[in-house]
Amino acid sequence: MYPRSFEYVSPGSLDEATSILASTDGAKVLAGGMSLLPIMKLRLFSPDVLVDIGRIPGLSSIQDQGDHVGVGALVRHADTASDPLIAEHAAALATAASWTGDVQVRNQGTTCGSIAHADIAADQPAAALALGATMVAASANGTREIAASDFFVDTLTTALEPGEILTEIRLPKQGGGSAYEKLGRRGGHTDYAVAGASAWVDLADGAVCCGRVALTGVGPMPTLAEGVMESLIGTDGSDAAVAAASDRALEGVTVLEDLFGTVEYKSHLAKVMTRRALQQAIAAAM
Amino acid sequence: MHVSLTVNGQRAVTDVEPRTLLVHLLREELGLTGTHVGCDTSYCGACTVIVNGNTVKSCTMLAVQAQGAEVTTIEGLAGNGDLHPVQEGFWERHGLQCGFCTPGMIMSAVGLLSDNESPTENEIRHGLEGNLCRCTGYHNIVRAVEYAAAKMRGDEPPPPEWEEDSA
Repeated sequence: MYPRSFEYVSPGSLDEATSILASTDGAKVLAGGMSLLPIMKLRLFSPDVLVDIGRIPGLSSIQDQGDHVGVGALVRHADTASDPLIAEHAAALATAASWTGDVQVRNQGTTCGSIAHADIAADQPAAALALGATMVAASANGTREIAASDFFVDTLTTALEPGEILTEIRLPKQGGGSAYEKLGRRGGHTDYAVAGASAWVDLADGAVCCGRVALTGVGPMPTLAEGVMESLIGTDGSDAAVAAASDRALEGVTVLEDLFGTVEYKSHLAKVMTRRALQQAIAAAM
Repeated sequence: MHVSLTVNGQRAVTDVEPRTLLVHLLREELGLTGTHVGCDTSYCGACTVIVNGNTVKSCTMLAVQAQGAEVTTIEGLAGNGDLHPVQEGFWERHGLQCGFCTPGMIMSAVGLLSDNESPTENEIRHGLEGNLCRCTGYHNIVRAVEYAAAKMRGDEPPPPEWEEDSA
């Protein structure tokens, strides 16, 4: 189906894009379009103006930037999934990207786009939260950094302001190990997560010293599971300690029933995925 | 808006509305109706084409996004009357029933084999996750891709299962 009519602009620079966004009511950013175009085709959303950032140079690379790895706004899921820097410093994001959508979606959709869209059951937002990523937002007023923990505000809602473009995600080089686990709606790892969990863990002197766990698919937005790390820090990271910590996955988390699972089922899955992600992250950190 | 792109090696220049999807440009402006539209939700993959070397769903890409791109559709695979090995595989191993999903399946299989010349059955099935067959004819599609992979490597394709069964 055709989307409703809109005006299309394809700026050649980031400055041009932000100035169009600042001066145009009802404008929306288009990158890969894998989330935006389907909802426009269904006419659930009909922006007046599309600002296609797809031809802006300098946004397509994954770069080593000293203390972090930067993922530009036009980096495709397939690139995130196969990049050696991401594999080394942010394995959870590589896994999450490799399980996002299908081959065609991963060839066209972008990591930043998935995070900016913030679907409640998307994979990469959970990994960004667990990895403690920083989002870089550009607007006509300049750029600002937003911590992942402040970025996801509500269902399909982020801290990005209407005139802002998510230009980069910064993944800290923080050592330790990370992982992502999920059950997909079509079984295995395919399609959006019925429930998913991402974990980053670091060890010191044989004990878990720090880490983060984030859930997706279970609530109104991707969420940090604070109780899990409270329980796990200071332990030896054994299977027993991980199991006890995973039981606290839903502390402070609102679990919502949907077509793919009841509250009870999703609550169970969230704990199982938390346990699996933690075990893998700890193994990778050792 | 003015769009200029290369489709199956031929330059195409046309004017479209910004909301025109690539698949509509291919089908309605260029008459290349081999690329199908099977759904409204971007799930089914019947519209899969290759853009700048990667498989994409042409129903979920604006024609204007393909400005300057190199596009290959199902019509661009066969050369001089010879079927592409993937097309031959679908023929030889009965990889279709109603045929509606076939162009998209074939384009996805071509993309898969360009990245991985010897995919396992599991890799083939996962590589075709973005393509739905409403006849549920997946089994022979996997066999067709295995046939094509062997042919493209220069190996002898595995015999059809119906011959194994009668042996």
